[in-house]
Amino acid sequence: MLLDVGSLAVMGVTLGAVLGTAAKLLAVPHNPLEEEILEMLPGSQCGQCGFVGCAQYAAALAKGAAPVTLCPPGGKGTIEALAHKLGVTPDMGQHKETVPQVAFIDEDLCIGCLRCIGECCSDAIVGAPKQLHTVIADACHACTKCVKVCPTEAISMHALPPSITAWHWQKPGDPMRH
Amino acid sequence: MKLFPIMGGIHPEHRKDLTSEKAIVAMPMPATLFLPLQQHIGEPAAPTVEAGYLVKKGELLARSDGAISAPIHAPTSGRIRAIAEITAPHPSGLPMPTIILESDGKDEWTDLPPPIDDPFAAPPQSIRDRVAECGIVGMGGATFPSAVKLGLGTQRKLEVLLLNGAECEPYLTCDDRLMREYADEVIDGARIMAHALGAPRVIVAIETNKPQAIEAMAKAAAATDNVTIAKVPARYPMGGERQLTQAVTGLETPARKLTADMGVVVHNVATARAVHDAVRLGRPLISRIVTVSGGAVPNPGNIEVPLGVKVSELLAFCGGADGAARFVSGGPMMGQPLPSLDVPVVKGSSGILALTRAETRESEPQPCIRCGSCIAACPCGLVPMQMAAFIRAEKMAEAVRIGVQDCVSCGSCTYVCPSHIPLVQYFRYAKGRLATQDRERRKNEQTKALVEARNARLERLAMARRDAAARARAPQPETAQEAGRIAP
Repeated sequence: MLLDVGSLAVMGVTLGAVLGTAAKLLAVPHNPLEEEILEMLPGSQCGQCGFVGCAQYAAALAKGAAPVTLCPPGGKGTIEALAHKLGVTPDMGQHKETVPQVAFIDEDLCIGCLRCIGECCSDAIVGAPKQLHTVIADACHACTKCVKVCPTEAISMHALPPSITAWHWQKPGDPMRH
Repeated sequence: MKLFPIMGGIHPEHRKDLTSEKAIVAMPMPATLFLPLQQHIGEPAAPTVEAGYLVKKGELLARSDGAISAPIHAPTSGRIRAIAEITAPHPSGLPMPTIILESDGKDEWTDLPPPIDDPFAAPPQSIRDRVAECGIVGMGGATFPSAVKLGLGTQRKLEVLLLNGAECEPYLTCDDRLMREYADEVIDGARIMAHALGAPRVIVAIETNKPQAIEAMAKAAAATDNVTIAKVPARYPMGGERQLTQAVTGLETPARKLTADMGVVVHNVATARAVHDAVRLGRPLISRIVTVSGGAVPNPGNIEVPLGVKVSELLAFCGGADGAARFVSGGPMMGQPLPSLDVPVVKGSSGILALTRAETRESEPQPCIRCGSCIAACPCGLVPMQMAAFIRAEKMAEAVRIGVQDCVSCGSCTYVCPSHIPLVQYFRYAKGRLATQDRERRKNEQTKALVEARNARLERLAMARRDAAARARAPQPETAQEAGRIAP
């Protein structure tokens, strides 16, 4: 009886020690929050936040090392979702609320070099070698990567014209002084 | 008939006597008509004509484009001048693609589809097809394509078609006059709709402040066996779909459900007349009755207006509108301000109001005194003052939690507020904000799907290239054999 209990106890302590050490030594540094944040970002790796890509920005966000206001393609919706997720109050002063934009190719300047097509991560530009390229406005998410690579400066960002479907009533002036 | 109480509601001054005794008069055809491609909820119609085309009255100008959409027809014969961007009858004042039709003065009809002789023997689908083909939309102002709404009975067991003749908005009398002057057509249209829906009964609900309409409709309904008239008390917003269903059947529609889930489908009386015209005469929807009223209009009245007439011309027909402080499309409670008088009358224009300063009751908002009047007035059982407080602080999630999405924007809370707080304006803003957020989220998801598809494709291409390179390095024996067989 004493032998049984003793041997089991010894085994338990030894195996526990082995497992504990292994967990420490072989641990993969990993933050589940990062993945969740990555899910919320547009995933286009445009780099406008100043990080290399969305994963790096997500890592910085998870550590609390970057503000939530750095993602222009995500817009206000993403900022609000991130702020809610991370439990922070977004500093909207840092976020320049730009009007929705879309890339536009000047047909007179395009030489059909394909560089923008290689750069566009949402397949929003169509064209062939030495043929005119054009932007599919619905698929463009205004990451501006194509603007940077165009050798003839044929691409510029244009504000989308206001549309009736996107219009909504403004917030009334603030009369309610409690 | 036994009626049931509804929650909340208000009794605004009805001001219907300005136009209720004026018979419907037809407006003469103007020289030019402006037909926006979107006069309904859903996808805009797709034009089937181009500049320079000659069209006859009733001819198709733009076809329905999508499951929820409606076609547009020519209100008179003439020549298409252009399809251009024109200011839309929408509070934003933004332009919308619009077909511009120059009348040739002949007003010649095109070859209309043949009348359906015995609609009650025809399959319900053929009625729905005819209604869709004729471009009929909900004419109470919501402008939802009627054919889609007439298909609600295909998946559900419906009990009642509730015909909405409540007309609870102040000033408006177009439905009142329609029921008095076209009672037979309305009842016939309603019975055809009930057949298309598969609903055995029709109940016509009319507010008690329209005794002549009740009398005329009861007379027309006497000849039928499945139509009854319900005299509902005059209280705003009795004409709301959910409120009317509750008042007549006692059934409360749960949030985010349809009245059809309770076995009731609500259609407007003017829609019933349009269905009658479409089925019995083959006529598309090319005109509607509009109440032109308000203190600034010298000769207010109910006018049968061809669609596409500019509001300025319609007002001129009624003697102008000098001294108006505000122009409204629809009723004063739920209508929308008109950005300009150069916008056309569309399928959903139930009224054009030119209101004087005395009628608009503008006053400076004061702080909320938490009196609770708005809670008592809300027909949806919401707490407007709390929702407005959340929205003021941009706490949209909180506002949604207490039901801002269930608000029907009837404006009762704003009407009763002793502090003149623009409560319903807050809710309109919140609903717009939420819709924008939703759109942004969808756009993000779409971008993500595109990025992932591209990455997968690049991965596939890289793999194919690797495989090809590997094959090139080590020529496979069977390939050599095959080559030998083909070229000996």
